[in-house]
Amino acid sequence: MLGGTYALLGIGLTLIFGIMRVVNFTHGELYAFGGYMMFMFTAMLGVNFYVALLIAVLLGVALGSVIELVLLRPMRGADIDTTMLIMIGTWIVLQNLEQMIWGGVAKSIVSPLPAEPLVLGPISVAWLRVFVFIAAGLLIAGTHTLINRTKLGKAMRATFQDRDTAALMGVNVNAINTATFAIGSGLAAAAGALLGSVFVITPTMGDLAALKAFAIVILGGLGSITGATIGGFILAFVEEMGAAYVSSGYRDAMGFLVIIAVLLFRPTGLFARAERIG
Amino acid sequence: MKRALTVLWLAFLASVPLWLGDQYFLHVLIIAGIFTIAAMSLNLLLGYTGQLSLGHVAFFGIGAYASALTALGFEVTLFGWRVVHEPWPALAGFAIGILVAGLCGYAIGKLSFRVRGAYFVIVTISFAEVTRLVALNWVELTQGPLALNNIPPFTLAFPGLGEYTMWGKVPNYYAVLAVAVIAYLVIRRLVLSRIGRAMVALRENEPLAMSVGIDVTRFLVLAAVVSAAIAGAAGALYAHFVRIIDPDIFLFIYTVTMVIMVVAGGKGTLAGPVVGGLLFGMLPVLLRAYASPTLQWIIYGMLMILVVFFLPRGIVPAVETWWQNKGSVIARSAATWRSRGAR
Repeated sequence: MLGGTYALLGIGLTLIFGIMRVVNFTHGELYAFGGYMMFMFTAMLGVNFYVALLIAVLLGVALGSVIELVLLRPMRGADIDTTMLIMIGTWIVLQNLEQMIWGGVAKSIVSPLPAEPLVLGPISVAWLRVFVFIAAGLLIAGTHTLINRTKLGKAMRATFQDRDTAALMGVNVNAINTATFAIGSGLAAAAGALLGSVFVITPTMGDLAALKAFAIVILGGLGSITGATIGGFILAFVEEMGAAYVSSGYRDAMGFLVIIAVLLFRPTGLFARAERIG
Repeated sequence: MKRALTVLWLAFLASVPLWLGDQYFLHVLIIAGIFTIAAMSLNLLLGYTGQLSLGHVAFFGIGAYASALTALGFEVTLFGWRVVHEPWPALAGFAIGILVAGLCGYAIGKLSFRVRGAYFVIVTISFAEVTRLVALNWVELTQGPLALNNIPPFTLAFPGLGEYTMWGKVPNYYAVLAVAVIAYLVIRRLVLSRIGRAMVALRENEPLAMSVGIDVTRFLVLAAVVSAAIAGAAGALYAHFVRIIDPDIFLFIYTVTMVIMVVAGGKGTLAGPVVGGLLFGMLPVLLRAYASPTLQWIIYGMLMILVVFFLPRGIVPAVETWWQNKGSVIARSAATWRSRGAR
């Protein structure tokens, strides 16, 4: 369950980095944004849980497009440090806007799924977690198909391999950038909406999420979707093991120790196939 | 001209506590000074070697914790061994804070300079997050979220004259000013030397720098050590001035504050972090009457975006260019002095 949502976060980030060469610090905020939209539509406006999930993702896509069009498009061609600084600025603005609008108190989302768990032999799992796992799986599969089977996906892969050649071949690179950022943002918002309904929503929930997404992307190798998927599950697994066998306080430290270890021994990530995505 | 300006500027800074009555404002000035020192140290890495280290707050925090723990004493069990440390004077803590931060800088430099670009950034962030979580969870040593409090202020011992403990804001102001001047001189000396030229060379073109025989890793690690040690000094000053520290000093937002100071002031210039540090250190005072802390952060973030959009090289280089274009003789000589100071 955790692995699935982590994978969603990682895939969004890895797509954005791979295609746009932007280290996206707003990723965690889009995750938090997804959670808040979910909260707003279910608790405050009384919209159906599933419809709210869909709206949250679509609004994530919209916000992502706006950020790309307003802040990143004018800076295309700038070096990676410059865009990174802009993204950090945007992240601070978004996070504090969330704090201003919804306050610092943690919010929780009420789900329509039955409270009694699903029992499979010795294991019992809450239905909500089963739903989150399935939804995350569907989104991952959908993204995979989008990248590998559609024309947009083909254009994205071409841009990833060689931006200039792709542009010469008639690929509208600007549109690809916007689409990539929008899809990545949508996935982050989906992860936030899903995980937010299991746990609680706070304005700073995005910070750790963003850092974990980086950990996942490093694990899988920057730009690799399969790597990000597997990386998400590995990180969730390592965290739980760390929480169980070392100390639950160091749960969140596990991811970072993993990053440092991976970069020392396999600097290109565990699953890097150099110059391809998909 | 050059010396007169420097002396005037220093005399102005030294005279501040004499005419500034407002204690709150003095407090803000001290904190801004401490962050300016940290920003200067970050500038050595970010501005001169071109490595965007986003874990700089770790060294600041390590310096603060090392210094505070040396001064307070501690008792921990490590792999079955009982380690007991009796309290030492605060100044010894200051020295040990610098030393420990420098050593961490060495270790992290050795580890993380194997990678570049986005990978380097993420490794440094991870390092800062790990130190924060250690500070939060190693309760036996750091008191975790309960924070270390009652950290003693610095005590100066004058042989034959007795001791002087720096309780008030005014002596701390002078301590920060003194450390800032020393840090500035150290960085200036380093940057204007052969080492500094090597750093700039590998910022501009790493393969070329390597091909002419510059040992890249050695210079990067050297920069990391000096930078970490100065950040550690800033952290130690902070610990003994505020006299309470908790794991929140490792928060990523403080690194961001330092980065904003460096980038807005002008990275790769000596004066940049000082200008940026004072400006962004003072901003909360100017804004507090009109805006809540949340709104202040929003303004911070927007300013950061605007600076990157419109003044990508920072305030100091922009002012220099403007100054040179004005074309008066005095202005030109001042500008050449400044740019000489900067390079």
